[in-house]
Amino acid sequence: MNDVILSRIAEALTWTGRYVERADATARILDAYLHRMLEDPWRDEDVACRSLYAILGLDAGGAPVDMQQVLDQLAFDARSTGAIEGALGAARLNARSAREAVSSAMWECLNATWHALADQRRAARRTGPYAYLELVRSRAALFFGLADSTMSRDDSWRFVVLGRSLERVDMTVRLLSVRVLDAAHAPDWPTLLSASGADEAYARVYGGFGDTPRVAEFLLLDRDFPRSALHALTTAEECLSALGRPRQDPARRPIGRLRTRLEYLDTSALEDQLPLLLRDLQTACMASAEAVAERFFPYQGPVVWAQEGA
Amino acid sequence: MADIFDAYALADAWDEMFERRGATNTVRTAYEPVLAALQPIEPGELRFRADQMARSFTDRGVTYAFAGEERPWPLDLVPRIIDAVEWDFVQRGVGQRVRALEAYLADAYGPCRAFEDRVVPWRLLLGSPHFHRAAHGVEPPGGVRIHVAGIDLVRDEAGDFRVLEDNVRVPSGVSYVIENRRAMTRVFPSLFDGQHVVPVDGYAQRLLAALRAAAPERTADPRVVVLTPGPGNAAYFEHALLARLMGVQLVEGHDLVCRGNRVWMRTTRGEVPVHVVYRRLDDDFLDPLHFRPDSVIGCPGILSAATAGNVTLANAVGNGIADDKLLYTYVPDLIRYYLGEEPILPNVESYRPDEPGQLEAVLDQIDQLVVKPVDGAGGQGIVIGPKADAKTLERTRRAVAADPRGFVAQRPVALSTSPTLTGERMAPRHIDLRPFAVNDGDEIWVLPGGLTRVALQEAT
Repeated sequence: MNDVILSRIAEALTWTGRYVERADATARILDAYLHRMLEDPWRDEDVACRSLYAILGLDAGGAPVDMQQVLDQLAFDARSTGAIEGALGAARLNARSAREAVSSAMWECLNATWHALADQRRAARRTGPYAYLELVRSRAALFFGLADSTMSRDDSWRFVVLGRSLERVDMTVRLLSVRVLDAAHAPDWPTLLSASGADEAYARVYGGFGDTPRVAEFLLLDRDFPRSALHALTTAEECLSALGRPRQDPARRPIGRLRTRLEYLDTSALEDQLPLLLRDLQTACMASAEAVAERFFPYQGPVVWAQEGA
Repeated sequence: MADIFDAYALADAWDEMFERRGATNTVRTAYEPVLAALQPIEPGELRFRADQMARSFTDRGVTYAFAGEERPWPLDLVPRIIDAVEWDFVQRGVGQRVRALEAYLADAYGPCRAFEDRVVPWRLLLGSPHFHRAAHGVEPPGGVRIHVAGIDLVRDEAGDFRVLEDNVRVPSGVSYVIENRRAMTRVFPSLFDGQHVVPVDGYAQRLLAALRAAAPERTADPRVVVLTPGPGNAAYFEHALLARLMGVQLVEGHDLVCRGNRVWMRTTRGEVPVHVVYRRLDDDFLDPLHFRPDSVIGCPGILSAATAGNVTLANAVGNGIADDKLLYTYVPDLIRYYLGEEPILPNVESYRPDEPGQLEAVLDQIDQLVVKPVDGAGGQGIVIGPKADAKTLERTRRAVAADPRGFVAQRPVALSTSPTLTGERMAPRHIDLRPFAVNDGDEIWVLPGGLTRVALQEAT
């Protein structure tokens, strides 16, 4: 009987996918940075922390920033959906309001994670954030694994995957943007690769030597690596296409255009085009997300109050 | 070795597990396996299992809202055992009760024979705030208005079941029956082993079948939805569980839209017609056009669509006239009148202060009676005479004298007790029982098992 899906539920599912992906990506980025900072004796903590803020699109303020502040604001802040805890909390609330559409196993995963965070947060203050970040990453993996194995491949599933894919493109673009546009605060390539969870996959393809064009090429254009922008865009486009193919599709158009552009990009020109390309990717994701909202989750405006019939 | 039932002191009430034999307690036959399973367990271990269960409830989101906080559902580790013979009796009694209340609703919103025949006074109908003209003359599909009923039973001092209250509007709690069973079989599998416990997991299929059967005629493949006030509601867990088990959409008021006297829901593929709404909202909040205009959780126009016969509301609007506390006193008469049967489950002895002679009797012995406001939901406004102070009694006496129609009075029943884990030992606590019945128009099916609620303060 569940052949259709309520607009409200579709929206909640999209956001659930998005927020879990965001928590996962944020945890990975924080972990990569922390690791890097401990291993690099010449590193300036303030600069590194600022580049983290830049990646996550948050304002670092004027005063010097240290790692504890970073964790408080980017990991432990339950009120900000830009922080891990806030994102997971929002994912849980969204899943809760779509309780009959997500499987019980998925809901329990998010709910149990949410309840486990407080303990891990307290432990992190004593023993460092590694276990906390690890919990977030493993539970996010569990969540998507459960989605993969417990959800039918129907529209509900597609909205979860769509949300995750759009968030993925967004996060990858943010990582690259800091490197490309803001060299002063830039993370080095190994950090960037491990923040994307791409270090091992990259090493297998390119043999472990990083330079700007190659890493950018991998993170943007690799067909096989699931967190590359091209792969995530292709997945998002497939979801949108399966959700219905109207003649004019403002949700799929920006994604499809970018995907084709990436597919046929002349890689030798990549370095020059990079700033423009990253900007276009970000714009396309935003335009698509807006069009998705407009088409599938129409604003539920004030009801018509005139009484009809008897 | 000391066990957890040491120092279990029976109260002045029927105990579900033990009977007094001289100076010692003897376990009742049906509870022998429970005792055998629990007695060898260390008190600390029992506490551990209880905490484990609470954690599992929290993780799975089996919670209820208490003072704005999510609390795990508290479930006692000692199961309530009702043997097959006794359950058969309960089941027939509940079925009979629901049949009589259905007949009364059909009558009250139709020919009004019972009033003409003076079985029930007219003022009961006309004076009820739950009487809805919109429901008058509406013939629901299959003649069903009470799709789901929850009948509250208590066991008195002599061990006899009595009806304490009927709930035929929006009875809740069934999800906890299902979840409790699930939790108990996990935490305490030994309790179930070989005991032939009848399963309770068939509820959702029965409910869905009844809801589909209730669809407006000529609906080939009716679409059923569960209407919830939203995640903020205390029973949201239940709404979501039922929707999930039935495989239907869980909608909020703003997911629905009424047009042309039909109800639609907003989906990603456009608006889709809805035929049966299992609504978990009170009448008052259902349709701001008819009831509370400030309700933001309802769906404007849904009542007109129901009146036009294009959508079925389950339970029907206006059922409140059948479960107010004054009508309760007439239910045994209704059973005799409509069904020509003797009531299987007796009421608690009650007084109607608005009848000649009874007001004086109630006022005279108010310190020995339980006084309930007719329209109070749950335990609201109930005064227990023997436990009330002089000031409360005086205030109650004045209130009853001023508005005899507004109250009923009952003999206080010492509810039966059941062993309950308090700290690390067992103590008797008062309990009740809410069985659930589902009416599909052909049969009233009673879920084999019910919700037992425990009063946590010490039994007296």
